[in-house]
Amino acid sequence: MADPGAAREVRLSVNGVERAGTAEPRLLLSDFLRHRLGLTGTHVGCEHGVCGACTVLLDGEPVRSCLVFAVQADGAALRTVEGLAGEDGELSPVQQAFHEAHGMQCGFCTPGFLISLTALLEERPQASEEELVDALSGNLCRCTGYANILAAARAARDRAAEGRA
Amino acid sequence: MSTIGVSVPRVEDERLLRGEGRFLDDLRLEGALEVAFLRSPHAHAKIGAIDAAAALALPGVVAVIDGRETAAALEPMVFDIAKIVPETVREATAPQVRVHPMPALPAERVTYVGQPVVMVVAESRYLAEDAVDLVAVEFEPLPAVVDAERALEPGAPLVEPDWEDNEAISFSFERGDVDAAFAAAAVVVEESFRSHRQHPSPIETRGVAAGVDPQDGSLAVWSSTQTPHLLQDFLARWLHRDPERIRVRAPDVGGAFGVKHSCYPEDLLIPFAALRLGRAVKWAEDRAEHLAAATQGRDQLHRIAIAADSEGRILAVRDSAVMNAGAFNLLGLVVPYNTFTHLLGPYDVGALGFEMRVAVTNTVPTAPYRGAGRPEAVFAIERAIDRLARQLGADPADVRARNLIGPEQMPYETGIVYRDGSDQVYDSGDYPELLRRACELVQRERFEATASERRRIGVGYAIYTEGTGVGPFETARVRIEPSGTVKVFTGASSQGQGHRTTLAQVAAEALGVAVGDVEVVGGDSAAVPSGFGTLASRTLVVAGNAVSEAAAAVRAQALEVAAGMLAAAAYELEVEDGVISVRGRPDATLPLGAVAGFLTPFNPARPRGAPPELAAESVYRPGPVTWAAGVHVAVVAVDLPTGVVEVLRFVIAHDCGRVVNPAIADGQIVGGVMQGIGGALHEEIVYDESGQLRSGNFMDYMLPTAGEAPEFELVHLDTPSPLNPLGVKGLGEGGAIGPPAAIAGAVEDALADLGVVVHRGPLGPSRVRDLIASAASAASP
Ligand code: FES
Ligand code: FES
Repeated sequence: MADPGAAREVRLSVNGVERAGTAEPRLLLSDFLRHRLGLTGTHVGCEHGVCGACTVLLDGEPVRSCLVFAVQADGAALRTVEGLAGEDGELSPVQQAFHEAHGMQCGFCTPGFLISLTALLEERPQASEEELVDALSGNLCRCTGYANILAAARAARDRAAEGRA
Repeated sequence: MSTIGVSVPRVEDERLLRGEGRFLDDLRLEGALEVAFLRSPHAHAKIGAIDAAAALALPGVVAVIDGRETAAALEPMVFDIAKIVPETVREATAPQVRVHPMPALPAERVTYVGQPVVMVVAESRYLAEDAVDLVAVEFEPLPAVVDAERALEPGAPLVEPDWEDNEAISFSFERGDVDAAFAAAAVVVEESFRSHRQHPSPIETRGVAAGVDPQDGSLAVWSSTQTPHLLQDFLARWLHRDPERIRVRAPDVGGAFGVKHSCYPEDLLIPFAALRLGRAVKWAEDRAEHLAAATQGRDQLHRIAIAADSEGRILAVRDSAVMNAGAFNLLGLVVPYNTFTHLLGPYDVGALGFEMRVAVTNTVPTAPYRGAGRPEAVFAIERAIDRLARQLGADPADVRARNLIGPEQMPYETGIVYRDGSDQVYDSGDYPELLRRACELVQRERFEATASERRRIGVGYAIYTEGTGVGPFETARVRIEPSGTVKVFTGASSQGQGHRTTLAQVAAEALGVAVGDVEVVGGDSAAVPSGFGTLASRTLVVAGNAVSEAAAAVRAQALEVAAGMLAAAAYELEVEDGVISVRGRPDATLPLGAVAGFLTPFNPARPRGAPPELAAESVYRPGPVTWAAGVHVAVVAVDLPTGVVEVLRFVIAHDCGRVVNPAIADGQIVGGVMQGIGGALHEEIVYDESGQLRSGNFMDYMLPTAGEAPEFELVHLDTPSPLNPLGVKGLGEGGAIGPPAAIAGAVEDALADLGVVVHRGPLGPSRVRDLIASAASAASP
């Protein structure tokens, strides 16, 4: 029988680009992204599923990449913070809102917040205040006190609504 | 147009928003080895045999290093600051300070859970952790002591066997006739209040990487430190190397709040391993390590008494405090003395008796955590004032107002010597006005309307003063490039405070250029020859004034050269938006960059003897600290059956002098307040009696989330500091100082009819239910 701990090939698409790398079964998706693929925008703050800094979109769903093994993501489509800006490099409305509302200080938590909020607004463009708070309560920020993050979230939602009107 | 006082959008954001930040663990060092530590599972134990054979046999493991091996090469660590006691402080408070050095890796004995014991270096972190599991260390457990009061009792287990007891620091102070004041008082309140132990826990943990330059053997170190220059000096001393041959850089740092200020064993061990192995070595701390082994904060118990007249005028305060230093007295007087100098805060009190004892215990060392001794002082005095108000049946805001130092008393001498050795003098501020403004914004009625038998509403206050902008110095160098770009090099580094923006604003103002043309370089020991770092609410004051001075000097230089180029006198010139013009001659203009270009050594037309570039350096050495102040008011709801406390509204009236960037300043304050709210409601580091850590992950050590954020209301009352040319005061820590006291007061107010007294936090549901239950059982005989 083959060594169950042996590295295997993992193929997935990240931000629309096909990527491949080898991963031992125990390699976390967060480490695979950061250290095998060099996509260090996804951060690791706790490695036990609480802080949300490692949040990525896996087949459209926000997941904590520190709680997923890379091999589990074989064949999946991922979106990370590096893939949020438009093709032309323009910041996404969510990114822009964080900048304008001063929704970040050290920026370490920011990628996780951007992904969580992007996921929410893509699914519920008219998210209520409660839904905004709820969606962002899974991410920890130690710098901002959240007030400006929530302001950014409201602004991003409202801007999206204007865009559709 | 002035660039100071404007909420210029941050230049830091763009990279961070795109995921292009470069934090410590993002750095790719070719062929870097990775480190994992075997850490002590015991609070106190003798180290016996260490068997690393199995670990070393694991493929990919490069080295296993223990304390017996490092003992020969690395002297135990001591920090100068732990031993510094200015003469005037000695005279005033007669401090006894004992320090025992901390081994990078202990050879004989471990003294706290989480202490690094064995360092494993391997091809990857996964392998290094596998190998840690294979290292066998024989520990012989010894009796441990966890609680500071217990540690000071006779017969307590000794943390340092060379000492006869566990007392690391003691000092005392008396001013005025305290006994007479207590004897004459109409009212005396006396209570014990504890500031429980907390953890700074920025979302990025610590990390260190080091490599050796293949050409000249110099050492390159990257550390998520607040103080790259201090670390450079420290490494030079402990590794016996020329500081010129050590370069320390702080990459992007994901928050710090004090926890990344100390030099840690790992800061020394990673460079040591890199030098020994001749390869790049990296260690990124994980959250479990961070909670167990990075410095913690608070952990003080105050027995405080207030003597007052029947109107609530405070005649005297007596306070006896005990603080827990953890296993090593790392920083000496820094935190406990801060507590002392901030105890009376904004209040005009005739007599003060204070004593402090600091104990070593078998817990991780404590060190400054945002506020650094001030929240502890404020918790004690503000809680005591609440008790006084309750006893008098008076409004707690009124009792405070009666005791405030008035603006007409400024500058106000407290009669205390500050930790830097100078007399403590409040330079400016209007505390009564701050309180008035805050009280206007409380909106109690709006929340009372939602009250019910089970949902109680309460309001609580905290007022504090904060000495900011402590020296010794900071360096700044400003250079104008021929392209017109202005480069600002500073010793200050940033962990999210936005200095690249605020210091650019300061330079832009002094030079007359656009903020966008200024580029700030910090966090690199090679940027300026000497520097300090970012801690203790000092950067804007100390680095800000250094930048301003250097920029002004460059401006003067530029005008002198330009005067020659434009055939005008220097005093006829002005600079706006990076362009020099001659008053009254609209056609005679010259970009600043052109002046820099004119001076390049290759220009044959340059004046003889002129400097080769437009640049100046300034070292700013502040005098005494400048005093910021704030009033915090919390409105809470307490749900009786569940004990859940909700902070509904938090009002902040703040004086941090002249504000450079209001959005950034507000962000600092709100962020600090939220940390204070976390500490007031949920966060607590818990050790059991044997010294095992019970709050070693984010499920047990609970940081607040967006769901707990109250509505914030901020008002600024900015009295410029007369002590520095920019008129600024520090503001990094202030937000965290008041919330524990304000929230405790609000909860007590909400439960006043039940007779609840809050002696400590955090005020999580179970503690609040206990408070309610014990108040009820005390009431029913
Ligand atoms: S790193 Fe994954 S949740 Fe914290
Ligand atoms: S901005 Fe620093 S943790 Fe959120």
